[in-house]
Amino acid sequence: MRNGLITLALLLIFLPLVQAETAEEKGLAIITEADNRDRGWQDSSADMLMTLRNKQGKESIREIRAINLEVVGDGDKGLTVFDKPRDVKGTAFLTYSHALDPDEQWIFLPALKRVKRISSSNKSGPFMGSEFAYEDISSFEIPKYSYLYLRDEVLDGQDCFVLETRPQYKHSGYTKSHLWIDKSEYRVQRIDFYDRKDSLLKIQRFADYQQYLNQYWRAHTMTMENQQNGKSTTLKWTNFKFRTGLTDKDFQKNDLKRQR
Amino acid sequence: MKITIAVLLLSLSGRLFAGEWSGYSAVDYRYFFHQSPYEEPGQHDPAAVLAPEYYHAWDNDNQSLIIAPFFRVDSQDSERTHVDLREFSWLKVADEWELKLGISKVYWGVTESQHLVDIINQTDQVENIDGEDKLGQPMINLSFFKDWGALDLFILPYFRERTFPGVDGRLRSNPPVDTDSAVYESGAGQKHIDAAIRWSHSLGDWDLGLSHFYGTSRDPRFSADLISKDGFIPFYEIINQTGLDVQMTHDSWLWKLEVIRRDSKQDTFTASTGGFEYTFYGVFSSDTDIGVIAEYLFDDRTNGLISPFENDLMMGSRLTLNDEQSSELLLGIVQDLDSSDASWNLEASRRIGDRWKLSLEARFFKVGKPQNPLYFVRDDDYIQLELARYF
Repeated sequence: MRNGLITLALLLIFLPLVQAETAEEKGLAIITEADNRDRGWQDSSADMLMTLRNKQGKESIREIRAINLEVVGDGDKGLTVFDKPRDVKGTAFLTYSHALDPDEQWIFLPALKRVKRISSSNKSGPFMGSEFAYEDISSFEIPKYSYLYLRDEVLDGQDCFVLETRPQYKHSGYTKSHLWIDKSEYRVQRIDFYDRKDSLLKIQRFADYQQYLNQYWRAHTMTMENQQNGKSTTLKWTNFKFRTGLTDKDFQKNDLKRQR
Repeated sequence: MKITIAVLLLSLSGRLFAGEWSGYSAVDYRYFFHQSPYEEPGQHDPAAVLAPEYYHAWDNDNQSLIIAPFFRVDSQDSERTHVDLREFSWLKVADEWELKLGISKVYWGVTESQHLVDIINQTDQVENIDGEDKLGQPMINLSFFKDWGALDLFILPYFRERTFPGVDGRLRSNPPVDTDSAVYESGAGQKHIDAAIRWSHSLGDWDLGLSHFYGTSRDPRFSADLISKDGFIPFYEIINQTGLDVQMTHDSWLWKLEVIRRDSKQDTFTASTGGFEYTFYGVFSSDTDIGVIAEYLFDDRTNGLISPFENDLMMGSRLTLNDEQSSELLLGIVQDLDSSDASWNLEASRRIGDRWKLSLEARFFKVGKPQNPLYFVRDDDYIQLELARYF
C-alpha cells in the first residue's frame, strides 16, 4: 500500500513528461536546444560585406566590422564600424541588447566627433538601406518570441524542424516568422518573414556554415530576398574569430570615438 | 607646443607610409538671394574643399596616429580661404585609461539647435554659422574609465581664435571683425593654459555629463568702443564655465537638456537649451522616419547683442528615407519669442553611387530688431549646393 502511494505520487510528478508534448512545448524545446548549443562562445569578431541589389540588378556595397560579447542572462553586446560606403566611414554603432526591455544604442558620427544615444524603437526599419531590418540582425534571445512547432520537412536535402515564431517585443514589423532548423546540428537554414498584414514579406537563406571551436556554427552567407519589392541583400561574413579576449571595457560608449 | 609636435613628427615619421588615407574633396556653390547691404560682397560664391585623413594604428591597435588637415579655397573671401590642422594626435589606449596628445576635436552635448556645453574646440565660423565646424585644438587629454563613469581631464596649452569672414565675405558683421587685432584679458594671450574636466556616464535610460572649463572664452566679446580701422576687435576674456548635459531616451522619445553657468570679470550668466525629439518610424507603411524636434533656448543676459537666443523656440523636423542613398533632410525654425525675428534652416543630403554625396543647405533670416546680432546678416539668405567625393 505504502509503495503504491509512492508510485502514484511519482506518476503524478512525472506525468507531464510522459504526456504528449504540445506544439508550443516542442517548439520551445527545439529552440532551447539550438540556443544551448550556441552558448559559451564568450566573444567574437568578424568582417561583413553587404551587397544590396535592386530590382534592376544594380548593386551597391557596405563593409562593416563587428565585435560581439556574449552576456550570460541578458542580451549580447555588439559594436559595428562602417568602412564603406566612404561617406559613412568610421560611423560606429554600440548596442546593449536585452530580451524584452528596449535595447540601449549609441551611434558615433565621425564628422562631428559626436556620440549620440539613439532610440531603439526602430526595430522594423531597414539597416543601411538594405533588406535586413534592425530586428533581423539583433542578438537572438529566447524570450523575444513565442514558439510553435509546425512540422518536419526536408529542405535542400536536410531534415529540418519547421517552427513558427511570433515576436513578443514591441515595434516589430512582423506578425510571425517560419524557421527551418536542421535536425543534425540545430542551425537555422531559412526564415520566412510575414509582414503586419500577415503576407509573406521576405525570405532569408543561410549558407556556407562552418564550425568554430568544435562547437559553434556560423553561416558565412546570408541572403534576404524581399518578395514584395524584388530587392535583395547578401551578407558575406569572413574572418570569424572567437574568444579573442574582449571584455565589457571594449563595449563602452567611449570606445566608439576611436573606432576607425 | 612646437616641441611636442616636433617630437611627435620625429618619432612617428617612420610610420607615415604604413597607414591608410581617407577623406573627401568637394566643390560647393553658395547663392545669396539679395545684394549685400555692405557693397563689397557679391551674390555668387563658389568654393572648393579638400579634407584628407591619415590613420595608422600599431601595438595591437593600442596606439594610433591621426593627421587630418583641412583646406578651403573660396572664390570671394580671402578670410574664408583657409587651412587648418583639424587633427594631429597620438592616442595610447590601456584597459582603464587613454592618453591623447596633440591636436584634436572633442564634442560634448546633446541638443540640436545650439551647442552650449561644447567648449573645447573653437568654432570655424567662416565654414558655417551653425557652430558645428571646429578648429583643431592642441591638448593633453587623459581619460579614465571606471564603473562610476568616464572622467576626462584636459590641458589646453594654446588658444585658437575664432575665424570670421573678411570684408568681401557674406554672413559678416559691419564693419567686419578685425581678426588680426584680437585682445586678451590674460597677459599670456593665446598661450594661456586652459583646463577642463568632464564626467560622463550612462545609467539605464539616462546619459549624463557634467563639465567644468577654466580659461579663455571661445566666444569673443565685441563692443562699439573696441574698434579699429579694419573693424570690430575681438576681446577674449577668462571664464569659468560649468556645464550639464542630460539625455533621457525612452521608446521613441529623446528628452534633452543642456545648461551652462559662465563667470567672468564682466558678468555671470546662465543659459540653457531643453526639449525633445520624437520619431515616427516607418510612416505610411514606408521605410521613412519622421522626427519632430522642439527645443527652448534661454539666456539670462539681457543684452541681446551678445546672444541671439535669450528666449527662443526651435521647431524642427528630420526626415530619414532609410533608402540605399541614405537620403535625409532636416528643417529647423528658430523663433524669437519676444519679437517676430526668426531664422529658417534646411539641410539635406543624398549619396550618389558609392563615393559621391550631394548636399543642400539653405538659411533664411527674418530679422527686424537691430539689437539682434543676426541683424547684420538679415540680407544674407542663401542656398548652397555641395558635391563631395569620398576616397
